[in-house]
Amino acid sequence: MYKYDAIDRQLINQRVDQFRDQVRRWKAGELSDDEFRPLRLQNGLYIQRHAPMFRIAVPYAMMSSAQLRTLAHVARKYDRGYGHFTTRHNLQLNWPKVEDVPEILAELAEVEMHAIQTSGNCLRNITTDQFAGVAADEVIDPRPLAEILRQWTTFHPEFAFLPRKFKIAISGTKEDRAVTWFHDIGLQLQEQNGEVGFRVIVGGGLGRTPIRGQVVREFLPWQHILTYCEAILRVYNRQGRRDNAYKARIKILVQALGVEAFAQQVEEEWAHGKYGPATITQAEFDRVAAHFTAPAYEKLGEAALPDDKAFHNWLARNTHPHKVSGYAAVTLSLKKHGIAPGDITSEQMIAVADLADRYSFGELRISHEQNIILADVKKSDLHEVWKKAKIAGLATPNIGLLTGIICCPGGDFCDLANAKSIPIATAIQARFDDLDYLFDIGEIDLNISGCMNACGHHHVGHIGVLGVDKNDSEFYQVTLGGRQGNEAKLGKVIGPSFAADEMPDVVDKIIKVYIENRHPDERFLDTFDRIGIDPFKNRVYEGRAHGKAKAAQQEAA
Amino acid sequence: MAQLIKNNAATVDTWQTLQLGEGETPETIALPAGDVIFPLAVWQARKTEIISCHKRIGLLIQPDERVEDIAADLEYFIVIAVNFPKFVDGRGYSTASLLRQRYAYQGELRAVGDVLHDQLFFMQRVGFDSYALKDDKNLTYAIEAGFKPFGDAYQASTSQPQPYFRRRA
Repeated sequence: MYKYDAIDRQLINQRVDQFRDQVRRWKAGELSDDEFRPLRLQNGLYIQRHAPMFRIAVPYAMMSSAQLRTLAHVARKYDRGYGHFTTRHNLQLNWPKVEDVPEILAELAEVEMHAIQTSGNCLRNITTDQFAGVAADEVIDPRPLAEILRQWTTFHPEFAFLPRKFKIAISGTKEDRAVTWFHDIGLQLQEQNGEVGFRVIVGGGLGRTPIRGQVVREFLPWQHILTYCEAILRVYNRQGRRDNAYKARIKILVQALGVEAFAQQVEEEWAHGKYGPATITQAEFDRVAAHFTAPAYEKLGEAALPDDKAFHNWLARNTHPHKVSGYAAVTLSLKKHGIAPGDITSEQMIAVADLADRYSFGELRISHEQNIILADVKKSDLHEVWKKAKIAGLATPNIGLLTGIICCPGGDFCDLANAKSIPIATAIQARFDDLDYLFDIGEIDLNISGCMNACGHHHVGHIGVLGVDKNDSEFYQVTLGGRQGNEAKLGKVIGPSFAADEMPDVVDKIIKVYIENRHPDERFLDTFDRIGIDPFKNRVYEGRAHGKAKAAQQEAA
Repeated sequence: MAQLIKNNAATVDTWQTLQLGEGETPETIALPAGDVIFPLAVWQARKTEIISCHKRIGLLIQPDERVEDIAADLEYFIVIAVNFPKFVDGRGYSTASLLRQRYAYQGELRAVGDVLHDQLFFMQRVGFDSYALKDDKNLTYAIEAGFKPFGDAYQASTSQPQPYFRRRA
């Protein structure tokens, strides 16, 4: 993975000094709260209802075991001994003290980590496929260009105060696993006539106004990605709305102008910057790419694996094909039933770091589904890895299954939330605790967000759950049929929302409709696409009072 | 009166900025004598008149005003002031980049409005060379520390046209 050199180290060390000084001036009253807010946000620091929330970047998902050990240490020393992985390659701490944050940053900088631009109205962390570099379906490894983009986004002088946050995702596989259709800029690496380049998608996003991105350029040779992004950002910085935060994302601008007019403006702007100094040189690409060479794989045959049903369940759900024979990528599940999805304790972080050192070249990745990946495990080691992961509580075989829920921190932790999300996730996990049944239900993405900001990606869940606030009570709106990947689309709202305690039943009914209607070999989504939303709707609202009848019922109660 | 920083030192501001009062229009407002920074609308409405009676002319650009509209006039201006009504409004950074990089403006480029310590580094990089620091802020400390939180930068910009990767040994 990428190792810092002198300039990278200098910049993050100076960032620590800068933030220490900003905190000092804020404490001394030299910076007002309003003046300090954007500065602390650009260092990942929110001030929340219980305590600050602090977001640490894991650029394009890559981490070393040493970095994870430092996160374990930081979570223990400055917080309550656990952290939360988000859907955008960050680790969040929920209870640090503002005054401690400069010290935390200093400790992170020692292992080449930071919190730069992890929140605020700026260029955010670049995200990608958690299997980058090892996926069997990879066309081009996105990591060198992701690192080049990371450097370009870091303290960009012209785009530090954008109308709103700006998220870039990059993918290099046949099947998109980076949600590129739903980012401000989605970049899909591809090859055309022997040349490597990007399909550039702009104006996607989830949140309050979910919109699938649109292609502004079918093919852009890789050397031009920085100048082209500068053109996009300049058009957005100048014209994006600043009068209304809800209409300030680039997706609104693209919709307002129309994608053709927007693309034309970008091309006109780009005509000035094209071939300029920011054009990436082969030397720079080669320098960065040299950090992402394949580890020293052994020549291995297929391994004979022990015959053990529980182990094979885990193999089926938690391993992923690897491009090198004899190896597999392993997903360590942070979706143990009863634990907040994405949460991990310091002890577990140490256990994962040990596993990475012993079995996967000392490296690991974070997925946007909030799990951890050991990317390079020998198949002959899988049984040992499974046993050790099980002891650490990280081997729940539910990846891609109903209880492998994506979930935001929700109303328990987040000031923005309209409703709690974690208790919904744990209630559903408790209802579907029978592993055989989970396997029988098969592949299904259940995503939960506690508000319309959609950090839990509910729009692209096969079943999506959105927390809403109605007259100061928490309710949950259900969508069906959303999906990520190449055919990414938004789910459809099934109907009126539900109370929290209804949710396990609602999910149960949806699953039953699928099971009763499915053809052999049909996944949930296949059946849904074939039979449509109505059978699900009818079952879920069957016998449920509506309108006046409901009001009368409530009155009687 | 904002505190002006120029060439890394506190400087006395000799310019006055013309402001449109209530009921005044660019077409009718009286043009003061001396070194005046004119709002873009006044410049556009009274260009000939301003040129005939002023040797030293300044221009004020608001965030939503387009550099493209005055690109042909740049030779007239000794100073261009770019207003930041709120420091989180980042449009002025693009305005400055365009003036310097695309239109090769060589005169003084001044950041005015909500100009604060922690934005000076970015402002300098996009091409500002004078800064009207907000009134109650610590001028000495801004000059001492505000321009160099970082010793270098990755990107190409006005102050460093070559990105770091082209300057590697």
